[in-house]
Amino acid sequence: MSDEARNILLCGTGGQGILFASEVICGAALLAGFDVKKSEVHGMAQRGGSVSSHVRYGRKVWSPMIEAGRAHLVLALEKLEALRWAHFLRGDGMLLACDLEIMPLSVNTGQAEYPDVSAGLEAMGVPFRFLGAVEEAAGLGDPRVANTVMVGAAARWLGLPPGTLEESLRMRLPAKALAVNEAALQRGMQLTAGV
Amino acid sequence: MKQGRLNAVREGRLLLSGNEAIARGAWEHGVTFAAAYPGTPSTEILEAIGEHYPEITAQWATNEKVALETVAGASYGGARTLSAMKHVGLNVAADPLFTLSYVGATGGIVVVSADDPGMHSSQNEQDNRLMARAAKVPILEPSDSQDALDLVGWGLEISERFDTPVMLRTTTRISHSLSVVQAGPRREFPPKGYTRDIRKRIPIPAFAKGMHARVEKRTLDLSAFGETFPLNLSIAGSRSLGVITSGVSYQHAREVLPDASFLRLALTWPLPWDLIGRFLAEMKEVRVVEEGEPFLEEQIRAHFLAPVEGKKYISLEGELEPGLARRALAPETVEPPVFAPAQVPQRPPTLCPGCPHRGAFWVLNRIKAGSTSDIGCYTLGLMPPLEAVDTVLCMGAAITVLSGLEKALGRDAVAGRIVAAIGDSTFIHSGITGLIDMVYNGCTGTVLIMDNGITAMTGGQQHPATGFSLRGEPARKLDLEAVCRACGVDRVTVVDPHDLKSLERILKEEMAVPEVSVVITRRPCVMIRRPEHRAVAVLDPAKCVSCRRCMSLGCPALSFVDGRPVVNAMLCYPECRLCADVCPKGALTKDAGGAR
Ligand code: SF4
Ligand code: SF4
Repeated sequence: MSDEARNILLCGTGGQGILFASEVICGAALLAGFDVKKSEVHGMAQRGGSVSSHVRYGRKVWSPMIEAGRAHLVLALEKLEALRWAHFLRGDGMLLACDLEIMPLSVNTGQAEYPDVSAGLEAMGVPFRFLGAVEEAAGLGDPRVANTVMVGAAARWLGLPPGTLEESLRMRLPAKALAVNEAALQRGMQLTAGV
Repeated sequence: MKQGRLNAVREGRLLLSGNEAIARGAWEHGVTFAAAYPGTPSTEILEAIGEHYPEITAQWATNEKVALETVAGASYGGARTLSAMKHVGLNVAADPLFTLSYVGATGGIVVVSADDPGMHSSQNEQDNRLMARAAKVPILEPSDSQDALDLVGWGLEISERFDTPVMLRTTTRISHSLSVVQAGPRREFPPKGYTRDIRKRIPIPAFAKGMHARVEKRTLDLSAFGETFPLNLSIAGSRSLGVITSGVSYQHAREVLPDASFLRLALTWPLPWDLIGRFLAEMKEVRVVEEGEPFLEEQIRAHFLAPVEGKKYISLEGELEPGLARRALAPETVEPPVFAPAQVPQRPPTLCPGCPHRGAFWVLNRIKAGSTSDIGCYTLGLMPPLEAVDTVLCMGAAITVLSGLEKALGRDAVAGRIVAAIGDSTFIHSGITGLIDMVYNGCTGTVLIMDNGITAMTGGQQHPATGFSLRGEPARKLDLEAVCRACGVDRVTVVDPHDLKSLERILKEEMAVPEVSVVITRRPCVMIRRPEHRAVAVLDPAKCVSCRRCMSLGCPALSFVDGRPVVNAMLCYPECRLCADVCPKGALTKDAGGAR
């Protein structure tokens, strides 16, 4: 990796496990010997709000936040949030989004419309891929590990040494949650293997 | 899973949030007593201490003033202590803080003020460096987690050496950002014991005059200490631009100005004048980079009459981030945006599916009543479609604002139209005095105590009415009904806020009675109760008449597609049946939930 820090922006909605996903990536970066910073706002406990997590690692990282236009990867667990954060990408960046729509209250109450996210991303010119992470996770027996599927899918854009994500997962999970998360990570990696 | 769990037991290179690092710092540097009231972004400090560091006696206080006073007492006994609060919490603790500054510290006192520029979860953007300066208390500002850990140690040492409480001032982006720290072992500082010393601890005027003189001398001594304080960093770079900065602003500025010279101050009051003077003399141009108030800028300008600029470039409002810093400090390096931001609907936080408060606000909305409200999840009752919150000021003000409205306009202005709505934790924090005042001064309003059995907005902390301590041990449970009666309220009713019919009837009755009444809406927050079954609301399309009544609940689990409600089974809370209860046609059912 060059001297420049690697910038990964994770986003989604409250309760989707964004913070866990970003912790796994940070833990792997730490194992790889990088300087690591991560920043997020977890103010209100209520579910459903927009959540984002800025992850940066490299030889030396200063700001804990990513500048718009400088993220190597935007990893979205929800499609509308993908569109909200897509402009954080660099020109050569990649956006991976879970193919899941969660309506904000303004859409439920009819004050706003849920946008056509593919069309929006295409109009912006952002390179992107949607992944059925929730279905994949459900197939493994637990739809809640969709976040780990997405981390696995992101692996090839993270620039981290092989094995570090797996090790980071093992350090964070009790034995009974580990197996399904390890499977989710592997499944995620397969999903983007051919990209 | 909290990663701190792993970190607590380990030494060496760890990735910690600023708050976890403060907890770790307290542990490493021998703190034996810590007290706080929860408040974003400070809450995790006491949580981490409670979870990982049994050597520290840690407790939730009823409010920040109480927290700081117990810390003062522990310090009088020679214990190393820490109190943590959000920025507005310090307003509540200002009374003890300002005089504690005179009295000083026996065991070290670190007061963490976690400020919230950008108001991620706060009602204002006050910069508590101004508060500390007004109290003449030294300020330490960390720029990352390592600083946060180290500055707890320095703060305790400064506190004991200079006989003063010390403010450790963080911001959201310090408290809630993770960075790498070098974690070490604990050093023990057993409490030294209490010795009576009335000249030191009783600020009657005869003694306080001497105390004030000592404070002024202390300030000069601390300024001299700052000249060589190792965490005041002077970083040599190009001399054409020097940056004086502190806190997280240092990181943003270094990110965008890799070649500039920096004076990164960690002790930001009182300031080291010679150090700053030398820096000014060496630089062609100096800019001050700080969020919030021009705290450093104004002092430096006033002291040196030098043309340093700061707020000319960096806004007084909001938080700084690297993009803003680049546009302000290094505009020549701004790259044209590759992708233009898309316009998308906002996604603000909402009351959870199954939230107890939803029932209460729905009933208020239905009977066309509003509420003077307070600080908590229930503030979210302001949003459509519930729209039942009228005012929010500060902790406890729900009750007193209602009293004032009635006093100004008479009973008819409030009766039947507006009630006070306050949470259980907030009521204990500072609502009780308001309720006594309301009764004493002859008001007639209705107070809703929205008792969800937890301090919810900050993530679920115990308080005196939950019956559990910070560490989850059983504690004497405060009886809210008895408290209200003891305040002089004769009409105290308890109702389940999801029992919509009863709640409506009780509210109408209580508002009609010309005396103070309390209605406790009691139902646990969904965060603290594991549902006993997995029932999901189900629609019978044949019965649905598309009236949208269910949508008046504003439940995030319900959306309306092609004239019909759609239940998101992942979000629907098993032990809620509000939509089934409000549906006039019985089209929505929740059978496994059981009929009431
Ligand atoms: S956290 Fe609890 S009190 Fe807050 S919105 Fe959710 S259910 Fe309601
Ligand atoms: S029962 Fe109805 S109102 Fe309650 S959480 Fe489920 S969908 Fe929402």
